[in-house]
Amino acid sequence: MSNSPFTAGVVPARLSAEALAENFGDLHPPLDPHEAAVAADRCYFCYDAPCVTACPTSIDIPLFIRQIATGMPEAAARTIFDQNILGGMCARVCPTETLCEEACVREAAEGKPVEIGRLQRFATDVVMAAGTHPYRRGAPTGKRVAVVGAGPAGLACAHRLAMKGHDVALFDARPKPGGLNEFGIASYKTVGGFAQAEVDWLMRIGGIETHFGRQLGNDLTLGQLRDGYDAVFLGIGLAGVNALRVQGEDVKNVLDAVDFISDLRQADDLSSLPVGRNIVVIGGGMTAVDAAVQSRLLGAETVTIVYRRGRDRMSASRYEQDLAASKGVRIVTNAQPKAVIGNGSVREVEFEYTEDTPDGLNGTGETLRIPADQVFRAIGQRLEGAPEPLALEGGKIKVTSSGRTSLQGVWAGGDCAAGGDDLTVTAVAEGRDAAEDIHAEIG
Amino acid sequence: MADLTSEFVGIKSPNPFWLASAPPTDKEYNVRRAFEAGWGGVVWKTLGEAGPPIVNVNGPRYGAVWGADRRLLGLNNIELITDRPLDVNLREIKTVKRDYPDRAVVVSLMVPCEEAAWKAILPLVEETGADGIELNFGCPHGMSERGMGSAVGQVPDYIEMVTRWCKANTRMPVIVKLTPNITDIRYPARAARKGGADAVSLINTVSSITSVDLDAMSPEPSIDGKGSHGGYCGPAVKPIALNMVAEIARDPETAGLPISGIGGVTTWRDAAEFIALGAGNVQVCTAAMTYGFKIVEEMISGLSQWMDGKGHPDVAGIVGRAVPNVTDWQYLNLNYVTKARIDQEACIQCGRCYVACEDTSHQAISMSPDRVFEVIDEECVACNLCVNVCPVEGCITMEELAVGAVDKRTGAEVQADHGDWTTHPNNPAVRQAAE
Ligand SMILES: Cc1cc2nc3c(=O)[nH]c(=O)nc-3n(C[C@H](O)[C@H](O)[C@H](O)COP(=O)(O)OP(=O)(O)OC[C@H]3O[C@@H](n4cnc5c(N)ncnc54)[C@H](O)[C@@H]3O)c2cc1C
Ligand SMILES: Cc1cc2nc3c(=O)[nH]c(=O)nc-3n(C[C@H](O)[C@H](O)[C@H](O)COP(=O)(O)O)c2cc1C
Ligand code: SF4
Repeated sequence: MSNSPFTAGVVPARLSAEALAENFGDLHPPLDPHEAAVAADRCYFCYDAPCVTACPTSIDIPLFIRQIATGMPEAAARTIFDQNILGGMCARVCPTETLCEEACVREAAEGKPVEIGRLQRFATDVVMAAGTHPYRRGAPTGKRVAVVGAGPAGLACAHRLAMKGHDVALFDARPKPGGLNEFGIASYKTVGGFAQAEVDWLMRIGGIETHFGRQLGNDLTLGQLRDGYDAVFLGIGLAGVNALRVQGEDVKNVLDAVDFISDLRQADDLSSLPVGRNIVVIGGGMTAVDAAVQSRLLGAETVTIVYRRGRDRMSASRYEQDLAASKGVRIVTNAQPKAVIGNGSVREVEFEYTEDTPDGLNGTGETLRIPADQVFRAIGQRLEGAPEPLALEGGKIKVTSSGRTSLQGVWAGGDCAAGGDDLTVTAVAEGRDAAEDIHAEIG
Repeated sequence: MADLTSEFVGIKSPNPFWLASAPPTDKEYNVRRAFEAGWGGVVWKTLGEAGPPIVNVNGPRYGAVWGADRRLLGLNNIELITDRPLDVNLREIKTVKRDYPDRAVVVSLMVPCEEAAWKAILPLVEETGADGIELNFGCPHGMSERGMGSAVGQVPDYIEMVTRWCKANTRMPVIVKLTPNITDIRYPARAARKGGADAVSLINTVSSITSVDLDAMSPEPSIDGKGSHGGYCGPAVKPIALNMVAEIARDPETAGLPISGIGGVTTWRDAAEFIALGAGNVQVCTAAMTYGFKIVEEMISGLSQWMDGKGHPDVAGIVGRAVPNVTDWQYLNLNYVTKARIDQEACIQCGRCYVACEDTSHQAISMSPDRVFEVIDEECVACNLCVNVCPVEGCITMEELAVGAVDKRTGAEVQADHGDWTTHPNNPAVRQAAE
């Protein structure tokens, strides 16, 4: 007999293949040309537009929207890529509700911003579909730069360096490029193998040599890279995961949310992916929401996100929280984990209610137990494997505004570097800016 | 409820909304549907003389200008007058008029510029029982190449002559339809009145090329790679039509001549505006061609609601109400001083007013680092551009300075009395008189 949402334990194929395909389709389907024209017409072409300021990569949004409105999506895409070479991915994954669209004056006016993200996708899709790469590599400078980490930060840095004519060696510990674009972002935000297609498209600039399966600190050392290259950029993300530090955490089926998501992103067949009947996700960020929503979409019967503080303190945006709720995820706030209970495998999790006071978070003594046959930890990632001599700040690599670390000739950007939000778009901005600074330095 | 019944040159209709002479009125089938939908009258698609009917192109006959949501803003056509035999049209007109005696049925005509041609057709039309005729002196394409339509409408002497022939040869009221493709609409209107016209109707379509196919390098609509100018109509032409109607209404030589207002009428409000500027009724073409006949329901309910709200008992009472307020620039009160005011609560900080004024006008709006926009009274000339570019209705308004207040731009006190160009010291004529 086949499985259903009510099958006990952690099992695959709770839903039919059709239901899974439907659930994991595009969250925001692309605009057709007419919809794009209508959406573009809503832009007021603001002077010194607030949306541009709100975009970490400072895309000239009013200009690209006007280019769409005049029937020139290719030119619009060029305007986007000039600032953000991963504009296609950002169009899909940016929390626009807290970035450009939040700043849009039409959000202030009528609570309905110009659909900047979807318009950006419309323009970039046109160019991706045409298969053209709009940039040429600059005349070779003979300089060599090592970029470690092929996530958004590393890719943006490598592309900009290649444009300037430098030879780039791109290293990544994983067997494939993309970083969290490939292993982290929720599937329904980037369907159809977009992450790899985008990397392939980006690489067409030329001058970027890739070395996958090479881990800094293991197969490579920073010393070797500094000796062998004119500059080094580190975009290694946050490879470590924070532990819950509660009793019973090491029983079976208590997993890191990022591993679950990574397995899901890499699964060729979603019906082969086991998922619990009752799921508890601990955390309050985008990772928690993604793990929770995708568990539901895989067919889990009940999914509960438990966050230790109030709802307004969750780092997942209101939009993400509503998305979770709309998929049937329950969000419990002001409850912190006390113990994972189960004999061999997890059976339930005990939480204690909390009060967020000026002196910190205090337990109230009252507890709550939620049944769970699978638990996902999503209480944050942390930097792991940063080379020894680099100065840190708040657990991340300390950098200047142009990405310089404490070591001469070494730059860093993206999630692994201090400052900025942990977002794809911020990683792109930091990678790009570091490349410009490297270019200015080694010329 | 307001009384919408209309009497135009003696022709009665249940409301002032007529369909203009065009495809919607080309056949009995269409006209019956129009009357069922509630239209007060029709001007039948223009008839030509007996004999082989004219032919139309067999490729596309319309060009269009759209807004972003493909809202049709302007339509252009290269259609000619009716391409159906005269006797068929006449027979249909007769049966429709018989079946809808309370509706206005006016027949549009265009025959060669010879008295015999008009003498021949007028009795045939009379025989149908139609309420009147409209002389098509407006069509700007095709027919004008053959010395008809706007080729007549552009020569006031011809208008007068043909109108006189018609008045002499029929008892039916004669409405002369004018072309806007001239420099001063008052001349053809005066000619029509001299010829004895009972009314004028305007505007017919504006000569136009709506677009060019940049691959084929052909104007559109493209007929086998070539295009011809067409006639433009729809919402885009309304401002042109309103001005022409007002010009005729306030010209002493044509004052009181009934006017049927045409050009871009799409809603009750458009109709009310034409009527306020002197039109006794309105005719509609493009709006019906875009949305179908049902739009007349909105026009009827909207106009009557507005009239009820304002206490206007009947349509005749609002005709020309705004005409006394249409004047020449030289009589505008230069002592009326306003300043732009930005409602900070309503402002959404888009900065459009700022950049418009800064780049293209008088540098009279300031912008603070946190995007607060304020009017600098010392610089504001009250041009109103900021109001027009602001996306929020009512956010920027023009506020009148009270008498005695100082206009910070000029340093002068606002005067109580009217003062216009005719008495302004900078006017050379005034200076001469003073010397
Ligand atoms: C589940 C999840 C969902 C997310 N959803 C969104 C979203 O919807 N929108 C959004 O804007 N952001 C989202 N984020 C955040 C976003 O993915 C990151 O901010 C972004 O990927 C950071 O880019 P990066 O290049 O700094 O790091 P990463 O994308 O993490 O890339 C780092 C790369 O470095 C490699 N690497 C690590 N250590 C080493 C080493 N020692 N040697 C060699 N290579 C190494 C890794 O294999 C990886 O390929 C999400 C994050 C997660 C975890
Ligand atoms: C396709 C088409 C054909 C027309 N044919 C005639 C015609 O035969 N006789 C005429 O007097 N006006 C003709 N007109 C002009 C209309 O009667 C009317 O004057 C003009 O379209 C302006 O009104 P509107 O803006 O409501 O369309 C035609 C207009 C269109 C669009
Ligand atoms: S803020 Fe909104 S409306 Fe203004 S330019 Fe940006 S996108 Fe357009």
